[in-house]
Amino acid sequence: MKKQHGLRQMKVKQKGVIVAVNAKGELGRRIRDMGLVPGTELKVTGRAPLKDPVALRLKDFTLTLRNNEADYITVETEGE
Amino acid sequence: MNDSLTVALAGNPNSGKTTMFNALTGARQHVGNYPGVTVEKKEGHCEHNSDKLHVVDLPGTYSLTAYSLEEVVARDFLVHERPEVTIDIVDASNLERNLYLALQFLELGIPVVIALNMIDVAKSRGMSIDADKLSELLGVPVVPVVARSSKGKTELMDAALSVAKKQQKQQPFEISYGEDLDSAISEMKALISKAHFLTDTYPARWTALKYLEEDKQILEKGRETDPQVAGKLEKIVERVKHHINTTMDTYPEALIADHRYGYIHAIMKQDILQRDDNSDRMYFSDMIDKVLTNRILGPVIMLLILMGLYQFTFTYSEVPVGWCESLFGWLGGVADVALPDGLLKSLVISGVIDGVGGVMGFVPLIMFMFFGIAILEDTGYLARVAFMLDRVFRIFGLHGSSVMSYIVSGGIAGGCAVPGVMATRTLRSPRERLATLLTAPFMNCGAKLPVMALLIAAFFAKHEAFVMFVLTLLAWAVALMASRLLRSTVITGESTPFVMELPPYRLPTMRGLLIHTWERTWQYIRKAGTVILGISILVWAMMTFPGLSDESVQQFDQQRKAARTAQPEAAQELDAAAEDAELSAAAGELQETLEGIDRKEAETALRNSVAGRVGTFLEGVSSLAGFDWRTNIALVGGFAAKEVIVSTLGTAYSLGEVDPEETGALPDTLAASPGWSPLVALSLIVFVMFYAPCFVVVVCIVREAGSWKWGAFSMVFNTVLAFALAVAVYQLGGLFV
Repeated sequence: MKKQHGLRQMKVKQKGVIVAVNAKGELGRRIRDMGLVPGTELKVTGRAPLKDPVALRLKDFTLTLRNNEADYITVETEGE
Repeated sequence: MNDSLTVALAGNPNSGKTTMFNALTGARQHVGNYPGVTVEKKEGHCEHNSDKLHVVDLPGTYSLTAYSLEEVVARDFLVHERPEVTIDIVDASNLERNLYLALQFLELGIPVVIALNMIDVAKSRGMSIDADKLSELLGVPVVPVVARSSKGKTELMDAALSVAKKQQKQQPFEISYGEDLDSAISEMKALISKAHFLTDTYPARWTALKYLEEDKQILEKGRETDPQVAGKLEKIVERVKHHINTTMDTYPEALIADHRYGYIHAIMKQDILQRDDNSDRMYFSDMIDKVLTNRILGPVIMLLILMGLYQFTFTYSEVPVGWCESLFGWLGGVADVALPDGLLKSLVISGVIDGVGGVMGFVPLIMFMFFGIAILEDTGYLARVAFMLDRVFRIFGLHGSSVMSYIVSGGIAGGCAVPGVMATRTLRSPRERLATLLTAPFMNCGAKLPVMALLIAAFFAKHEAFVMFVLTLLAWAVALMASRLLRSTVITGESTPFVMELPPYRLPTMRGLLIHTWERTWQYIRKAGTVILGISILVWAMMTFPGLSDESVQQFDQQRKAARTAQPEAAQELDAAAEDAELSAAAGELQETLEGIDRKEAETALRNSVAGRVGTFLEGVSSLAGFDWRTNIALVGGFAAKEVIVSTLGTAYSLGEVDPEETGALPDTLAASPGWSPLVALSLIVFVMFYAPCFVVVVCIVREAGSWKWGAFSMVFNTVLAFALAVAVYQLGGLFV
């Protein structure tokens, strides 16, 4: 079953697809410039020692963002 | 060179742009700044088939919005300087995201050649790219290259030169942004073309797109050029925005980005990229990250690496620093012998040679530090440091990368804020960077240590290690709190988005490291050298002028004469004796008396100088923190370099110049002086730790922050803060003692 939720709620090693990015202004631009647009597949590869920021693997590269920035991104994942 | 062609190198950060730049220009390069901003401008020259080329390395960017300084600089260069050709360095192993920028170059309608860099890495990951097909679809030459080994360089330059020589006007690339936006764009484009609105600089369609993206720079330019047309355009944008918001719950800017990526996606689908492997394959980098950013192992390894960097910078540079010191010591000796006693000699030795020596003494330090940081940066480890520490530093309005600057500045006691302030260059977030470079000088640098050692030896000899440890913690606490304060007052603004690439680990090339190190060091020597020499002479003048009046000079002469005439035989023996000769008891005594008079004269002269007068004048205020005029003069001298505080205190206490490393009688003198107590010492230690940075650091702050305003700010802010803390220590401490 598929379900939609915030990127923050994803677990390490979990995969998902971006369905919406609601950030505006500087943050929104930065997120989109890095290729985080709807339809993009991603996988959480790890979290920093204090659980924040989070590291994501997109198709061909890895990027990091803070949890409060991840909150603007909605993903669709395979539910258990 | 007038008749040479200009080639611009552009591309994403970490796409190997700088490597290609080094491969093209070699050592024939020059690093400066773009006018008015602190973004580095790298230029160089090269020859290709007897054509002379002027190569400019643009700052690495992901996009061409007005969002960051780097992006504005890059696009301004492209539209105003109009290079004959722009080479877009594209990371072949990360094609989709890199094409996002390439697409924007094409839309800007500038002559472009795409270099598919790191084609070898892409191959090793099981990707194969059809460069010819890509070239056909985008309408520009696409050349596979490997910048590291210069493979494909000749083909790339052939393609670039043929584009540059055509001098043809490149037709701006047009892609569809969906029905709603497309109709608005055509309406705006017609309006723009008709009014010749900004068309000298930008293609009409591009201006329309930037209006829809609500690009600050273009909106401003538009209003200045033609308020009427600008008003009409803005109205169209308002209408579209409203429409899109109600029908699709999004906004034009986001829609534009989606369509650009959609377009790239569609291109890729046309057999541009083949993967012979599933895309979930674990790359080498991911495996390294499993260890290096592990919850427990990660921080431990990071601590070791940062301590290693510190050791490397400060331990291994000791030898060349020693050479520098002996060279300038030797020069001082030569000047001492060659010049007659007097003002000129004093100027040459204390003003010029000490000043230049002070500047050059930092050079090996800076070289070692930048070499170390270049390794961390080029391997990709620096981004991991920022990743791991971001959560902690964000609380104080800083960035994970701030830790480097703090540690080099003396976060591990004994660093130096000069390389520390320069290390903030690796920070891409402007506000966090400014806060870091303003607070890094609070750390306990190597020059503050002799002052602390002196005061600790005099008053807290039993607890030396413990006091040093507490002072290190205090430095961190104050630096972090001060940064928090600055970020909520002077440097306000939300924290810069952290969205950051973790580049794959790469082995740096020695050539790249050396070029990197050298250009930074040379910049320091060139820019800082001249200013610092001037200030050094100024400080010297403050401590020298006005000299003693003839009357008091005569008085001291008379005292000397009187001492000599009282013991004529001893005086004779003293005059005849060689420098290290054994003296009789009487002659020894006379020598001591004479030296005592000399030192008394030096003390009187110092008190009479501008610095002395300032010190005396400030005694009224400084007594709140327990400092008398002697301490004040020493603190004024400390602006030249913190270790000068020790030698000046020596002069002020009539002990002659005191070597900071070998304080001799000074601790005992201080401990015995009625004006001193452990509380005064503590108050002074606190003040020295936090007051105005030495002027070499101030000059570096000015350079890195881009204006004298911040240099002046750091002197005033730090001194006020330090004084408040010192007064608090002295006054509150006084209640308990």
